[in-house]
Amino acid sequence: MTTDLTFCFMPLFANGLSIVSLNWVDSLIIVIYFLFVLGIGFYLLRFAKTGDDFFLAGRKMTAWIAGLSFVAANLGSLELMGWAASAYQYGILATHWYWIGAIPAMLFLGLIMMPFYYISKTHSVPGYLKLRFGESSSLLSAISFGLMTVFMSGINMYAMAIVMKVVLGWDINFSIWVSSLTVMLYVVLGGLLSAILNEVLQFMLIWLGALLIPIIGMIEAGGWSGMVAKIHHNYPLGNYTHLWSTLGSFNNNPMGINWVGIVFGLGFVISFGYWTTDFLVVQRVLSAKDLRSAKLAPIIGAGFKMMVPLIVILPGLLGLAVIPGLVSEQQAVATGAHSYNEVLPLMLARYCGPGLLGLGITALIAGFMSGMAGNVSAFATVWTYDIYKPLLNKFKHSELDDAHYVRIGRWTTILGVIISIGTAYLVQQFASIMDYVQALFSFFIAPLFGTVILGMLWKRTTAAGGFWGLLAGIISSISMWLWVKLDPGALKIIALSSYAKDMAQDMFRALWSWIICVGVTVIVSYFTEPKPESQLVGLVRGCTVLPSEGHLPLVKRPVFWAAVILIVFIVFNLIFW
Amino acid sequence: MSESKISIWFIIGSLLTVYGIIICGISIYHLFYPLKDTHIVLDNLHAGVWWGALLLIIGIFYIIFFRPGKVK
Repeated sequence: MTTDLTFCFMPLFANGLSIVSLNWVDSLIIVIYFLFVLGIGFYLLRFAKTGDDFFLAGRKMTAWIAGLSFVAANLGSLELMGWAASAYQYGILATHWYWIGAIPAMLFLGLIMMPFYYISKTHSVPGYLKLRFGESSSLLSAISFGLMTVFMSGINMYAMAIVMKVVLGWDINFSIWVSSLTVMLYVVLGGLLSAILNEVLQFMLIWLGALLIPIIGMIEAGGWSGMVAKIHHNYPLGNYTHLWSTLGSFNNNPMGINWVGIVFGLGFVISFGYWTTDFLVVQRVLSAKDLRSAKLAPIIGAGFKMMVPLIVILPGLLGLAVIPGLVSEQQAVATGAHSYNEVLPLMLARYCGPGLLGLGITALIAGFMSGMAGNVSAFATVWTYDIYKPLLNKFKHSELDDAHYVRIGRWTTILGVIISIGTAYLVQQFASIMDYVQALFSFFIAPLFGTVILGMLWKRTTAAGGFWGLLAGIISSISMWLWVKLDPGALKIIALSSYAKDMAQDMFRALWSWIICVGVTVIVSYFTEPKPESQLVGLVRGCTVLPSEGHLPLVKRPVFWAAVILIVFIVFNLIFW
Repeated sequence: MSESKISIWFIIGSLLTVYGIIICGISIYHLFYPLKDTHIVLDNLHAGVWWGALLLIIGIFYIIFFRPGKVK
């Protein structure tokens, strides 16, 4: 056998952990992947001519494609690297971000909220706010969403560059520029259609590339019971394998949080805020071909989302069992040991030989690219339709043609990628990727959920109420964050416990900012004049007649599948209680 | 996908078929010419062979069922 066929491990550290280098087979697999995603972009160029084509994929996606894309757009670097690392750090508690922190909200989106988004024919979530509350709320939401989107995109890039550095020794700058330029090219060419179809392809690759780790890992650990025994042996003082039973108090679990923070902060405010108002994911569902598909897409997405812990959380838990001793990023820098942020690639290197390693690395790259493409395409839509167009109309009163906005969408995509690259370098200054993102969520997402849900379900909500509530929620969230930054002792006031840790702070800050948003919205609404009901048709529950699904057989109704998913969700939580 | 001529499932099938051939092929090669000094845990399971075969089967299935002309 020639040396170039040899799968090389380079023992680097005293604890025996290693990084790998790719051989030609692995490189070939990665190159083929890049050729396919670019090929899809070039092929779809001919189908992205109108604004609806470019920004909403022509509104012709089936429920399955919209649903898979809905989940894949969220399967960015955070899902793959971040949550595997969190599972190593916090144990099975990280699963809450996939189950209670996603499933109820996704079902709620499909059954309750999607009809209003879809019937109103809006291009975006800020677009819905414009119809419901007017331009002020829409602009505020669009600008805050734009900020969050480019930050998220930068985080994606940074995480990907770290993986490439750790696993392959690639230069961080090279990784950032190659991946971002590839995403930019295929989104600029084919718009949302290209982003969505690539996300479906990436979703398949993520599963097929990552699924081997839990399969072989479980064989090595001796099944679930063997893995739990090994974790208890390695960490006799920690409690890493119970989902709910350790959440009675803050100091009883590795995350330093209690059930109130998980259920209300994560399960209600952050989860509902993200899955029902974050345009990155909602945009995928808006591309569905009809209302039934739009309702079914998040429900299909919920089914797959519930399974993602298999390829993300389980590898982290297996890491606790078979490669104990990974440390925090700061300790890793100081001591030269491996960080738990690297647990997923370390597990990949542990089990995968030539070819499979290339497939696994391709899965990671696919995850990063799908997340980045989601951010960039959503940013292009919101910038073009919710910031650029209203501002242009204010100063230039003639109506511009559709082709102009498609052109602006393409240029905005390029601009978004460039800003994201800048953000990626900024993110390097933050010690913990996950905590940073949670902080971002609570700045914008939690208050936005308060505004949208009141606007959608309560016809008395006024334009002034929506705007001031949203602004108060965002300002209060940023203020609380700054307060804790300047005085760490403030954490015990915000989280209502002196045992609370960073993650609890994020949950409770989201909860408070949502409550403040809702409170201000309600108070201001009672003092201001509401819109007449005739102007709320198609936007608000109680003023809109929704199409009946009574003629459909039970198995074709979205509500039936939502009930099935909900039952499985409850059973899973009880099993791992 | 309804507007484009080629289904995304066909494209996915093509990619998986190519990957299946490459991974299965290189793994079978290593059955006869094993890697020296490998640190891969449970290498004796030959995961590459059966995982590559799985990719190949899924890929061929998608190519056949979503080939251009068959799906509207």
